[in-house]
Amino acid sequence: MKEKLKRSLVLFVTFFKIGAFTFGGGYAMIPLIQKEVVEKKRWITDSDILDIIAIAESTPGPIAINSATFVGYKIAGVLGSFCATLGVVLPSFVVISLISVVLREFSQIQAVQFAFRGIRAGVLALILKALISMYKQCPKNAYGYVIMALAFVGASLLKLNVLAVLIFCAVFGLVASLVADRRAKK
Amino acid sequence: MIWLELLELFFTFFKIGLFTFGGGYAMLPLIQSEVQAKEWMTQSELVDFIAVSESTPGPFAINIATYVGSEVGGVLGSLFATLGVVMPSFIIILIVAQCYEKFKQSRVVQGVLSGLRPAAIGLIAGAVLTAAQTVFVPAVSAPILEVITSYEFICGAVIFGVSLPLILKKVHPILVICLAAVLGIASGYAPMILGF
Repeated sequence: MKEKLKRSLVLFVTFFKIGAFTFGGGYAMIPLIQKEVVEKKRWITDSDILDIIAIAESTPGPIAINSATFVGYKIAGVLGSFCATLGVVLPSFVVISLISVVLREFSQIQAVQFAFRGIRAGVLALILKALISMYKQCPKNAYGYVIMALAFVGASLLKLNVLAVLIFCAVFGLVASLVADRRAKK
Repeated sequence: MIWLELLELFFTFFKIGLFTFGGGYAMLPLIQSEVQAKEWMTQSELVDFIAVSESTPGPFAINIATYVGSEVGGVLGSLFATLGVVMPSFIIILIVAQCYEKFKQSRVVQGVLSGLRPAAIGLIAGAVLTAAQTVFVPAVSAPILEVITSYEFICGAVIFGVSLPLILKKVHPILVICLAAVLGIASGYAPMILGF
């Protein structure tokens, strides 16, 4: 019990550090987790890291939260996962809370408004890049393209509810792969 | 009344956390539609905040939840929104960690994901279009020719044209955002200084 408490405390500090030093979140966090938890602390192995990525990708929620919760649980149970998750969330929470006050004050200044006009064009490039790299990772087959097109048309052109579109695509994927399984068995 | 708002924040971000796979920008389409429907943030405020989030530590999901929460309901608001976005992952991972091998091999999980992954790409493509609108066509009613020959459009196109190759060459996002900010300020003051 004492050991678990100690480990949970170390987990909190470690994930606090990870949360404070990753910009952009998500996958940027994986190398840092690897360095801290695998190389320094030797709590888990490299193959565990691969498992974590696979799990984080196939469960809902941000990758940062998923991996903190999973690593925490593996090392010190529920208390560990709580401490790790709290640690990874806290830096963002504090920084953004402070910034939101400043942002409100500054957003009236002319120069800041001009700056953000430029920044919006830069952010557009950022999102486009995220789209390109996600597209590269996605398996490419006719059925995938159909879902991509359906989701795009449904949400952007027909303005359907995004949640409804997601649920529809999930069911579509489930049914399609179960049918494919059946055929393969025959 | 404040409790109602706090609960709405919590459940909205709970929903966003529950239905986002892959994290990061995969979250954007859902946030876009939810936040706009509730009138918590305008489209361009959301794009501005992406820049803020890229330049501050931590995952986008937490950053945006904290920010929207604080805009709507102060410190308590940011607490409820952040708690909401974290909760689904936390609970689901705790469950999955118990039966990880089964989960990995589950046909149902694989099937659902085979539908959700391409869906996320289609949705983000839509998010890119919406973001492009805030950059290039702030006033929707103007005729196309007037829009594409306007000073704002040309400046936006140039800054986007400079940023994209840099981002694709893996220049750090913060540097690109800083550059875009400088170009934005320069192009904003240029007409006043040069007098056109």
